[in-house]
Amino acid sequence: MASNNKSYRIVIIEPSMIISTGLRKLIEGRHDFEVVASLADCYHCVEKINHLAPDIIIINPSTVEPKRRQHLEELFEGMKSAALVALVYQYIEPEALKQYHTVIDISDDADKIAQKLLQSIDALNAPADGADKNELSEREKEILVSLAKGKINKEIADQHHISVHTVITHRKNIIRKTGIKSVSGLTVYAILNNLIDINEVE
Amino acid sequence: MNKLGSELNISNICGKNNTMNSHLFSADMKLADVIHADYSLLLLLHRFGLNLGFGDKTVREVCEANHVSCPLFLMICNVYSNEAYLPMDKEIERIGTDVDQLIAYLKNSHDYYLNSRMFVIEEQLKEISGNCEEHHKKILHLFFNEYKNEVIKHFAYEEDTVFPYISGIMHGDRSGNYEIEEFKENHSNIDDKLNDLKNIIMKYLQGDALSEMRIRVLFGIFSLEEDLSKHSLIEDKILIPLVKKLEQQYGKQ
Repeated sequence: MASNNKSYRIVIIEPSMIISTGLRKLIEGRHDFEVVASLADCYHCVEKINHLAPDIIIINPSTVEPKRRQHLEELFEGMKSAALVALVYQYIEPEALKQYHTVIDISDDADKIAQKLLQSIDALNAPADGADKNELSEREKEILVSLAKGKINKEIADQHHISVHTVITHRKNIIRKTGIKSVSGLTVYAILNNLIDINEVE
Repeated sequence: MNKLGSELNISNICGKNNTMNSHLFSADMKLADVIHADYSLLLLLHRFGLNLGFGDKTVREVCEANHVSCPLFLMICNVYSNEAYLPMDKEIERIGTDVDQLIAYLKNSHDYYLNSRMFVIEEQLKEISGNCEEHHKKILHLFFNEYKNEVIKHFAYEEDTVFPYISGIMHGDRSGNYEIEEFKENHSNIDDKLNDLKNIIMKYLQGDALSEMRIRVLFGIFSLEEDLSKHSLIEDKILIPLVKKLEQQYGKQ
């Protein structure tokens, strides 16, 4: 986390001068950000960007060749300490956007942009979610079983000695990992994976 | 992120509205050309009571011959084919009393979803789970049934409460205290379970038997999901604003 007098160094990679100039103006209206370079594309400048040691790189994803869009980390290998922010005003495959810490939309106002830039720094510093990001943890499996049995958040919290807030966080993670939102869908998941017996749910 | 919203904004910012409109279908296009441009619109013909064999007739000619409101038909075609398109208030207002055709269209769609699409998916599910363990088969069946009942309930509310209310105000009957606002607030989302079903079949149903059939089911579910999302969009962004307008007009009389 930055102290109050530090400003974040930003590199903008955007081919349209109208847009990059406008974005720069919006960002520099805030004293906690400083744009150290505006570039039209990223290929010839990787060295240079590296040297500038930015905290945040704002990239128009369409400047990255399609086959490299999903492997951004290779492109910016030396810059693991920079948050990557996509600037979007054309259609970009959702998969490609997952590579970024956050996404700025062309219609966002100055406050929203500043807020998103700060979020991207937080996302960069957030601890990784463990090695198996998509595997349910043992705890999550237990919660899922309770959900599948039709228990409500409060009951689950009491049973597992955790807060309702924690139950909700587990639920969100379960939904994200399994791709299943409804309780009955989770029940099907639990039975197909032999986490519970069908007789326990009827 | 709201893709639709941002695209609209962009087209406004860049002054691209004209370009976008030039991609919309118009009444003077041949209906056959419209279908060639987007064959998913074939689904709409039956719901509007339009038959094949329309030769080289334009959209307007086919609509007139079948007493179908051409602006309404085009509006629905454009909503289906163009991600970025939503009709403006003025266009919606122009539908006016043809709201009864819109209701008929929505009812026909309900019928198609339930009796064609979901029926097929249900049969296919039985088939792909045929070799599964008994309790896996059973839970899939229970799940789909629950989903189907949710959809039936959702459609029944619209057909038993919302649509008769709209027909009522068109005939000057404003006796009840129902308002379309109530529908707007309660219009529930019915895609969660369908989305869950996709993941269950794709990711969690074990065994490699009948994989061709499974793929067919998935195609069916994806396309039903897309169709349903357009259907909700039409209800939320066309039907509700239109009825709000009608409430004002007919309420004053």
